[in-house]
Amino acid sequence: MHVIEIQGLSKDYPVGFWKKQLRPALKPLDLAVEQGETFGFLGPNGAGKTTTLKLLMGIIFPSSGSARILGKDFHDPEIKRRIGFLPEQPYFYDYLSAPELLDYYAQLSGVPQTGRKQRISEMLDRVGLGDVGNKQLRKFSKGMLQRVGIAQAIIHDPEVIFLDEPMSGLDPLGRHEIRELIQSLKDVGKTIFFSTHILSDAEALCDRVAVIHKGELRGVGVVNDLRSSAAGKTEVIWEGASALGSVSNYALEPHVTGDTVRATVSTELLDTMLERLRQQHARLISVTPLHGTLEQYFLSRTSDQEPVRV
Amino acid sequence: MRSKKTVLIVAAGALAVCFAGSIFALDGATAARGGESTLEEVLYLPSGKALQRLSLGYSSLLADIYWTRAVQYFGSRVQRSTRYELLDPLLEITTDLDPHLIVAYQDGSIFLSQQPTWGAGEPDKAVALLEKGIRNNPEYWRLYFTLGFVHYVDRHDYKAAEQAFRKGSEVPGALPWMRVMAARMAEKGADLGTAVALWQGVYNNTNDKELKQTATMHLDSLRADADMNELDRRIQLYRQKTGALPARWSDLIRAGLLPGIPLDPTGVPYKLEANGQVNIQDPSKFKFLGEFRNK
Amino acid sequence: MNSRLSAITLNTFREAVRDRVLYNLIIFVLLLVASAPLFGQISIGLERLILVNVGLSSISVFGILIGIFIGIGLVSKEIEKKTLYTILSRPVRRWEFIVGKYFGLVLTLVVNAILMSVGFYVALLISEHKLTGADGHLLIAIYFAVLEFLMITAVTLLFSSFSTPIFSAIFAFALFVIGTFATDLRNFAAAAHGMTKWFATAAAYAVPNFASLNVIGQVAHDQPLGGSLIVMNTLYALLYSAAVTAGAVLIFERRNLK
Repeated sequence: MHVIEIQGLSKDYPVGFWKKQLRPALKPLDLAVEQGETFGFLGPNGAGKTTTLKLLMGIIFPSSGSARILGKDFHDPEIKRRIGFLPEQPYFYDYLSAPELLDYYAQLSGVPQTGRKQRISEMLDRVGLGDVGNKQLRKFSKGMLQRVGIAQAIIHDPEVIFLDEPMSGLDPLGRHEIRELIQSLKDVGKTIFFSTHILSDAEALCDRVAVIHKGELRGVGVVNDLRSSAAGKTEVIWEGASALGSVSNYALEPHVTGDTVRATVSTELLDTMLERLRQQHARLISVTPLHGTLEQYFLSRTSDQEPVRV
Repeated sequence: MRSKKTVLIVAAGALAVCFAGSIFALDGATAARGGESTLEEVLYLPSGKALQRLSLGYSSLLADIYWTRAVQYFGSRVQRSTRYELLDPLLEITTDLDPHLIVAYQDGSIFLSQQPTWGAGEPDKAVALLEKGIRNNPEYWRLYFTLGFVHYVDRHDYKAAEQAFRKGSEVPGALPWMRVMAARMAEKGADLGTAVALWQGVYNNTNDKELKQTATMHLDSLRADADMNELDRRIQLYRQKTGALPARWSDLIRAGLLPGIPLDPTGVPYKLEANGQVNIQDPSKFKFLGEFRNK
Repeated sequence: MNSRLSAITLNTFREAVRDRVLYNLIIFVLLLVASAPLFGQISIGLERLILVNVGLSSISVFGILIGIFIGIGLVSKEIEKKTLYTILSRPVRRWEFIVGKYFGLVLTLVVNAILMSVGFYVALLISEHKLTGADGHLLIAIYFAVLEFLMITAVTLLFSSFSTPIFSAIFAFALFVIGTFATDLRNFAAAAHGMTKWFATAAAYAVPNFASLNVIGQVAHDQPLGGSLIVMNTLYALLYSAAVTAGAVLIFERRNLK
């Protein structure tokens, strides 16, 4: 079963003084996330990640399309018992202490009175805030607030957890701690949907990623595949498009721009291909081994320009 | 999504039903309170000066509100009640709050001076109000006219009236007939022509509906008095000529004493009684008849 | 009352209680009441009257001001600081949020009114050395002040559900002033004609009629107030507040939150 199924979900905002024109913040989006998956929602700032999450949480209403979470319509209040959400750069009621805040959210999520207190103190221990006592949140550091944020998202033991930029604005140590927390949730089988523009976090945690740019889905990939598909390859760029015919057995995904060709080749076949190119009098411009990173995938999906002319 | 629609329908229904209910409840509360809420407010804040301080500088706006209250208070009682005890405090507060609100002196003094049920029957208070108005607005000559009017019509103090008109006529910009009025006061005292001129002045000076109506009634009655005095004279002429009383108006017309059937100011023919008396058909339209009728 | 509604109500109350500005206003009111006997010394023979007028007016006006002051931020602050996101992503219906906020602020104002009333009666006891039946009569005016709070909270919440705090404050305060002169508006409607009459009548019923709920003048002079006035005013305040809150729900249910 797909835990999250997004079908043609879109959002337009009216702009201009008379609110006549529509600016699409999210073009119709289709996505599916499976049970137990950690799904990364990648995109530069302003790509539409937060819009998508706000639509899914019912904070704004879609211009078209719908979504199903855990097999039910996403506006069904019942499913909201079973999901958790951490907004981007969350701010909490700063006049409350951490236990009071969690108690409030637990009540709103319908956690029964019995055992609630126990659960709250366990939760605080789990996110490393076991010793904060009754200090008001206004005295919390950013990293502590982010941990409170995660705690409130999971206080009611949800099956699906949505996190919007959970690592943004944190120092390296804080990021590491949050990453560990997400990993621990993943280990107990929770489905996690998180948006980020920090690729290394996604690479470290995600099973699959979707890349969104300018409100449009640009691609979905399995992180391990992306990694292995690039591993052991080298990018070769040369001048002399006529030489492409003689190396067509080796050159993968060739891009021709004018007389310049960019292609990848398996590293063990590199020498053979370079020899052929020399025979054809092609002028070699660059030879770069590929490291196979999510970054390349990301950049290739978010660049709007044609391959760079060298 | 369906639950959202249900909420919207319930909320819209609750809005309509509760708002309608609130209208009935408010009317009920108003009825339970009685119509004297203005009375209480006036009595508990009897000083316009104090109110001015409390109004935080918005005293002229508050004056407009109090003037509106005075007009409504008057309008709700005129021709119905003889009790106008709040009129004077309302006008006092209004003119304390805004000493330059001319209309409050001008119309308010006439509300005060008229005999019940046409007004409060307090011409002395009207004079005090007008004198306050003149103190605060000495350049406004029409207030002298109203002062002269009150002295003449309601207090029958022709000397004071003459003084008022004369002082008014000395204000730069005053119309010349103010001097004419002063002269009339001096030589004649009570006189039908003067009364007509005064009421015409009141009619022209005001925009108040009730006041214009009162002035019109006075003018109609005065004109009817004048008409009937003239008709009496012609009937006497007929009697001297023929030795008998006319039975109908056509007798006078045939005798060349009338050009046609005489009509009162409302356009209804005058009534000729069997004993030669002239009268009007509908006395309810001429409330002030007889003031200048020759006996 | 379901547990979500009561949780929101209590949290709203807790926020107000922990807000220091609230205490400043309460202290101000207490000072005013405490200084009322001094006013009395200036106007000899009117101590009680002045104390009652100042005390009861303070309870009403400051309650309304606190209501506006807190009310304008009830919804907009939660949107601005995005705390609403963590609420709407839970099984909380939007109407529950609005109604919970409403009850929370009303609870705050009622507790305020109780505190101020205690201070007021203490001042009265100090000034008069005893409390009489006429002083009990003053409770009607305090009760009506609470009814005013029901209405101003609903009105402020309505504006807060779609407008910025500044505009909400301006709108709510304007309605408070107009509502104070609602009787004049009704008299004006009665005297007007045609379209003006229609508009004035509609406006007279649409604005919160605070004039109807102000009996400070009467109770200060110990004039009798009919039971039907109490019943009708109670009905009016409840129905009016319910209608306005329903309006706030209608707006908020459909609103896209930034």
